[in-house]
Amino acid sequence: MFRQFLMLEWRAFLRSASFASSLAIKIFSILAAVYFGGCFLILGAAAYFIIENSYGDPMPVVSRFLLYYFTADLLTRLLLQKIPVINIRPLLTLPIKRATIVRFALGKTALSFFNFIHWFAFIPFFASMIYSGRPVLQSVFWLIAMMAMVYISNFLNILLNNKDNLFYIFLGIVALIAGLHYYDVFDLTVYTAPLFDAFFLTWWAFLIPVVLLVGLVTICYRYFMSHLRLDTGLAVKQEEVDAASYEWLGRYGTIGTFLKNDIRLIKRNKRSKSTLIASVMFLFYGLLFFTGIVPMYDSPGWHMFAAIFVTGGFLFTFGQFVPSWDSAYYNLMMTQNIPYRKYLEAKWWLIVLATLFSTVITIPYLYFGINIYLMILCGAVYNIGVNSYLVLWGGAYTKTPVDLNSGKQAFGDKKAFNLKTLLISLPKLAIPVILYSVGAYFSGPVLGAALVALAGIAGFALRNRMFDVIQKVYKTEKYSTIEAYKQKSA
Amino acid sequence: MIQAQNLSKKYNGVQVLNIPHIEIPQGQSFGLVGNNGTGKTTFFSLLLDLIEPTTGQVVNNSVKVNESEAWKPFTAAFLDESFLIGYLTAEEYFYFVGELRGQSKADIDAFLLKYDEFFNGEILSRKKYLRDLSKGNMKKVGIIAALIGDPKVIVLDEPFANLDPTTVSRLKKIIRELAASPDVTLLISSHDLLHTVDVCERIVALSHGEIVKDIATSAETLRELEEFFAV
Repeated sequence: MFRQFLMLEWRAFLRSASFASSLAIKIFSILAAVYFGGCFLILGAAAYFIIENSYGDPMPVVSRFLLYYFTADLLTRLLLQKIPVINIRPLLTLPIKRATIVRFALGKTALSFFNFIHWFAFIPFFASMIYSGRPVLQSVFWLIAMMAMVYISNFLNILLNNKDNLFYIFLGIVALIAGLHYYDVFDLTVYTAPLFDAFFLTWWAFLIPVVLLVGLVTICYRYFMSHLRLDTGLAVKQEEVDAASYEWLGRYGTIGTFLKNDIRLIKRNKRSKSTLIASVMFLFYGLLFFTGIVPMYDSPGWHMFAAIFVTGGFLFTFGQFVPSWDSAYYNLMMTQNIPYRKYLEAKWWLIVLATLFSTVITIPYLYFGINIYLMILCGAVYNIGVNSYLVLWGGAYTKTPVDLNSGKQAFGDKKAFNLKTLLISLPKLAIPVILYSVGAYFSGPVLGAALVALAGIAGFALRNRMFDVIQKVYKTEKYSTIEAYKQKSA
Repeated sequence: MIQAQNLSKKYNGVQVLNIPHIEIPQGQSFGLVGNNGTGKTTFFSLLLDLIEPTTGQVVNNSVKVNESEAWKPFTAAFLDESFLIGYLTAEEYFYFVGELRGQSKADIDAFLLKYDEFFNGEILSRKKYLRDLSKGNMKKVGIIAALIGDPKVIVLDEPFANLDPTTVSRLKKIIRELAASPDVTLLISSHDLLHTVDVCERIVALSHGEIVKDIATSAETLRELEEFFAV
């Protein structure tokens, strides 16, 4: 039985949309996997000695931060690791024991990437422990405890999956704990550290997570056994309808109609929500550059690079998938009473409004000086004047159908390997960086920023011309886009 | 109203549709029947400019559909679920289509009132997104949305499939009323010979992408078609 299941999984893997793509993407995915594996490997191997050099005995330090490590892990899982219940549905009516199905489904989650990645961190760390002369048995117990914790996180995620807003509640709690810790108000790790210390200090302590894990697996098993019905555990969750009607947008004609629809699109779909979160993250991207944390980034060119991203987060993350956001109902868009122009203008307005909004929010960057904020402002002008068109233009070649209901896809998409899109993307960042560097070199930051802003204003003045060009591209790409969007359902 | 000249579509060298000539006059209710894969949806997709013809073109009210967008204001269609926006409720979807067709919210509310019986209490104010509706209810929404704003050309692909018997007879009533209007050109495809004969004045049967029968509906039509398909 298991052999057949494995066969199914193997085929599902080989034939998944992302795998059945071109060779270049396959090679890149493998390289990416090797890269991340390598990062964790180095982290695991080097962490021990790095901490030892700066803080003395690494174990107490590690014990304190393991709390954050595992909560971060659980958060990542809640956001990204989904339990593939759908795959179970066709098995229900086949002559297979329910227990087998449940065991398989649970066992399968144990083999997830989200678990393996931790092996890459803990095993080298374990090796470093042995290498630096810690007692072998003690280190082995510690490793067992850590792996048990990883799998506890795995099964907790199964139980917590599909509970509403849990991610945000957890994120809030973690932010609070981390904030209190950072400002030395209250340090929770002081209280949890002894527990993690115990894993290598007390010989039997590793049994605690192991027993917990066994208990958790049993609970999961029972839960699935009793919920293995289409209307309970396997039901696809239906959301509460959100009632906002956005009447006020009605005043803006067809563009208002589209904006209304796009707001709903963003609010009501997993994929677009995670994109929105990603674009908010970009608001903080500048901190890496302007604070001088990374000395390499402390140059005018890199600062401009960051400034573009600070206000352009939404433009980049959302904009790159126009018109793919509408892929599920693209046929409607193509036959409804909508001129292309209006459709594109509406998307453009959405991007511009989001960019303006980000610009207002980024006022705190004034803290880093007027020049930095000037840079951000001019970056925003460039984003609105030039990048907004480039992103729409590049989107015409993207043609990756977006599955709105899956949060996963948002990371690591094959989109970037479209050569045309890549070429169109280049000037989004390269031109402002070059302009600013040149201006800064010959005169100073003011001229640099002014050059970037001028480029933006010039782009804005050419608005109608740009729309003509983009519209033409969308029309020539129409049939192949419709064809590509059809692939999703297949 | 609709003409196609020398229209054909090939996929990788395989001919899926080949119509030397067809003309559908204004006001006609036109039924397209045939087995799976005979090119019914292909014909509609060409008419709606969703795919590119290999040769020839479709002219809708003297607009060449693959050259101009001017056919969009008077043409409405529901082919499949890719015409529905899954994350909207039925009302929001109707208002959305309505706004694109220049109808106010009040217009749409009045319009929807007419189809209360057809909806059978399963569509409006259900607080459900379209993606969570059953296939049959999705179809009801799509069909009615295609009628918003008095389009002159209405294209429905398999409108009777997935509907329960009561809804089918209610839909037939709606379609007959539309067909009675001299302005509305109605194009319907179906597997179901009986339903199509019931509502259409003219029936065209496709087989392997070619027109094999083109008949005006009469008392004999159903028998003739049944004999033809009973191979």
